[in-house]
Amino acid sequence: MHKVYHRVDNIAGNVVNVKARGVKYRELAEITSRRVSSLAQVIRLEGDSVSLQVFAGARGIATDAHVRFLGHPMQVPFSDDLLGRVFTGSAMPRDKGPALKDGLIEIGGPSVNPAKRIIPRNMVRTGIPMIDVFNTLVESQKLPIFARAGEPYNPLLARIALQAEVDVIVLGGMGLKHDDYLSFRDTLEENGALGRAVMFVHTAADPVVECLLVPDICLAVAEQFALANKRVLVLLTDMTNFADALKEISITMEQVPSNRGYPGDLYSQLAARYEKAVDFDTAGSITILAATTMPGDDVTHPVPDNTGYITEGQFYLRNGRIEPFGSLSRLKQQVNGKSREDHRAIMNAMIQLYAGYREVLEKQSMGFRMSAWDQKLLKYGARFEKEMMDLTVNIPLEGALDLGWKILADCFEAVETGIPSKLAEKFWPKKEGEKKT
Amino acid sequence: MSTTGRIIGVNGNMITVEFEGAVGQNEVAFARQGELRLMSEVVRIRGRHADLQVFEDTTGLAVGDAVEFTGEMLSVELGPGLLTRIFDGLQNPLPNLAEQCGFFLQRGMYLPALPRDTGWEFTPTAKVGDRVSAADTLGTVPEGIFKHRIMVPFRMRDVLTVEEIAAPGRYRIEDVVARLKDEQGEIHEIRMLQRWPVKLPIQAYAERLRPRDPLVTKIRIIDTFFPVARGGTYCIPGPFGAGKTVLQQLTSRYADVDVVIIAACGERAGEVVETLREFPTINDPRTGKSLMERTVIICNTSSMPVASREASVYTAVTLAEYYRQMGLHVLLLADSTSRWAQALREMSGRLEEIPGEEAFPAYLESVIAGFYERGGVVTLKDGSVGSVTIGGTVSPAGGNFDEPVTQSTLKVVGAFHGLSRARSDARRYPAIDPLDSWSKYASVVSDHDVAMARQMLQRGNEINQMMKVVGEEGTVIEDFMVYLKAEYLDAVYLQQDAYDAVDCATTSERQQYVFSVLLRVLRAKMKFDGKDAARQFFHRLTQATRDWNRMAMEAGEFKKQQVRLEAMLAEVSSHA
Ligand SMILES: Nc1ncnc2c1ncn2[C@@H]1O[C@H](COP(=O)(O)OP(=O)(O)OP(=O)(O)O)[C@@H](O)[C@H]1O
Ligand SMILES: [Mg+2]
Repeated sequence: MHKVYHRVDNIAGNVVNVKARGVKYRELAEITSRRVSSLAQVIRLEGDSVSLQVFAGARGIATDAHVRFLGHPMQVPFSDDLLGRVFTGSAMPRDKGPALKDGLIEIGGPSVNPAKRIIPRNMVRTGIPMIDVFNTLVESQKLPIFARAGEPYNPLLARIALQAEVDVIVLGGMGLKHDDYLSFRDTLEENGALGRAVMFVHTAADPVVECLLVPDICLAVAEQFALANKRVLVLLTDMTNFADALKEISITMEQVPSNRGYPGDLYSQLAARYEKAVDFDTAGSITILAATTMPGDDVTHPVPDNTGYITEGQFYLRNGRIEPFGSLSRLKQQVNGKSREDHRAIMNAMIQLYAGYREVLEKQSMGFRMSAWDQKLLKYGARFEKEMMDLTVNIPLEGALDLGWKILADCFEAVETGIPSKLAEKFWPKKEGEKKT
Repeated sequence: MSTTGRIIGVNGNMITVEFEGAVGQNEVAFARQGELRLMSEVVRIRGRHADLQVFEDTTGLAVGDAVEFTGEMLSVELGPGLLTRIFDGLQNPLPNLAEQCGFFLQRGMYLPALPRDTGWEFTPTAKVGDRVSAADTLGTVPEGIFKHRIMVPFRMRDVLTVEEIAAPGRYRIEDVVARLKDEQGEIHEIRMLQRWPVKLPIQAYAERLRPRDPLVTKIRIIDTFFPVARGGTYCIPGPFGAGKTVLQQLTSRYADVDVVIIAACGERAGEVVETLREFPTINDPRTGKSLMERTVIICNTSSMPVASREASVYTAVTLAEYYRQMGLHVLLLADSTSRWAQALREMSGRLEEIPGEEAFPAYLESVIAGFYERGGVVTLKDGSVGSVTIGGTVSPAGGNFDEPVTQSTLKVVGAFHGLSRARSDARRYPAIDPLDSWSKYASVVSDHDVAMARQMLQRGNEINQMMKVVGEEGTVIEDFMVYLKAEYLDAVYLQQDAYDAVDCATTSERQQYVFSVLLRVLRAKMKFDGKDAARQFFHRLTQATRDWNRMAMEAGEFKKQQVRLEAMLAEVSSHA
């Protein structure tokens, strides 16, 4: 049916060139050489010269490789049979299950018409005070976890996936360590969540560029579930590997890099994926949580930097805790005004005071005398870290707000907290034997 | 006969086309893929080859596919019916696209920007025999809260004679409302609808003036410290999450202007949704109508085609100039100009041009300057005054202002609102850095008082830095007082609660009033038994002043709270 080409002209990096006619931009091809065979995608057309990005890597591809163009861009099968299954980064079965062939959908489809979007409105409860109280996660949000390699971002993702009330979990692994993949799988299984999950896992052992397909596959599948009225949570880990694969291809294609070798369109590439997060007016939703490791623990590195400009906030995971500074849920105000009337006040006051505590710590480390106010902040900061920040704390939002008032009242006078007087009158816990002024 | 060609190369959103006939720079063409027609713009011509940027995803295009050139530059439709609307960067009405295509955008779908069958109540103002030229008013139609001027098309060069003018009545935008005769005796049929190429500024005015009147945003730190003028330009650079978009959203709600054009350029779709869902429900106190009545949204968000980002800012500024021609004050808010610059960078890379700093093209600076130059205040030919004020956000890589887009922008704008990560981390919103920012325009309060307050902020900061080295005990109480006063001014005036119904917007009268009260605090000589007592006093004063900020000025409690504040101040003031 489709013509097979037998001659590869150039091989550079993971890109090969063939001479062919009638080929479409972004079309998929199968490339078969003596040792390897792989899917490849058209990334440039110049006259009759076609550049193909080889997903399994060009290693082992010879000039006499067979190239067969498939006449369509990348597709994945979609049906409820996906649930409970594990696939590779190119959507081939990784478990022992059967290959799926039905309901093929194209990946990387068009974006949602902004006029059809609605304002996000539902809080996603996680039981983690640093999220629920201070940076509330909202259905349809896109949010990365910024962390240094080695931080427990994968267990955090898994925990949120389990505690959040969602219908479908889609996990996309990019350069995922095999152990981490297994522990994801086991955690979901132990908690009976495997049956509502589907995984597309590219491991650290797989060819680097193969991870390029993972976000698009996950999001195309998520979109179908969402259109079928499901609330979908997509977990992507680690998006820095995805960006690095983009970098590799662009360098091979001799594009002028913009910043530390990354291509100038990194922002657009990442945005095209993250913007798939959506709450459909008359159907389901897609929420995206993505681990983004920061090379050199540097947020200004192009990957976290561009990500931060795209997502609706970020969680910083540092020393096993979600940092209050820098961490931000930009959608929180959509929901924290209606959760409980004291929610915003507690959130603001506790963070501002904790900022004060951090300053005092600095002063203390320089050996300065602590004023009475400093002492209060020190007491407060220690309790805040132990009772709110620690990731083992697992309480519902309301409990966390009550705890917030208690910690504040144990450490301060109401006027020192900056909480609007009216709210303080209502919520400030009364000390025994104390009369209200 | 129009020119045609064939695709000979595809590289991302750039196609190379071999053509026969004449092709112009920036001409619009359509790449054919079966029934699909993908809109494109010529960005370079070399011999018989033209490079085009495609305003759509190019998946599926193949070598040999046909390309049709239109002979026209990228243009927008101008006429009644623009206000309240939401367009993409190419002026396709997004809600109408949604009606046709559902949830998802569809490639190659283009719809007319203005409704063709709506009737508009036309009142002629020109008479037969009048001598008119480009931009002169022929009549008006009511468009929401405005009298929309139907003008002689801006492209007309001659002085023309009105041969015929429509009687008062209802007309559609494509109906002929006037016939004009040019100097050669040729008759031109005039409709309410006219087209204008977005990359050319509309210059049909009498004179350009220097921006002098303040454009009140109702954000205190801006109006008092770093003001914007009507017809001026300003930029808001800041790292991600520092509050650029929130600042623009607040400005789009509360700014004292007639028309607001929002250009959401390469940013999040969700942010636009907030505006387009909420504005229709928010009452604009100036007009008593919904805010949407004075708003146009140009929405080309980050996952929409990259090439139309560039088009979107030009589309927006062209609409702004159009309403300026009616003697209105228009504010254009572009978020974010960096995304547009990045689109230029992507295309420049594909064209293999010699890259400048951070791979941006060498002409970046002149392109940015050309865009901001389209802001300005002008006297129109009939003597009325209109203005276009442009505010653009900048998203510098790594939050570092020392990068090409920020630097090129700073060279041409009249005010700089630099957002600081330190302030946004400390939740000191709006996070405009009071030490770094500047403005060349006039404040709503006296320059002398502002200078004094700024100096106090400066000193307060220095003392704070010093205290980090020598500690509080090593700081004399006089200095410590300056620090506390600066912090107080910051907390109760520079910071403003965007989510409080009253504090979110402060009129210029209220700013003048409150600022004069605060000046008394700043100037007061106070006496305390030690630093802890001083700090405690300022905690209380801050709290009380913030409560005051949340009280409506007309409310009785506002005065009462002021009396309380003054009493607090009197208690600690030493009347030496
Ligand atoms: N004036 C404000 N008052 C209260 N919160 C604010 C204010 N400005 C910003 N924020 C908080 O900061 C978040 C980020 O603000 P915003 O979206 O304006 O940032 P940005 O500078 O536009 O970032 P980006 O460059 O990524 O688009 C908001 O969602 C909100 O939580
Ligand atoms: Mg923004």
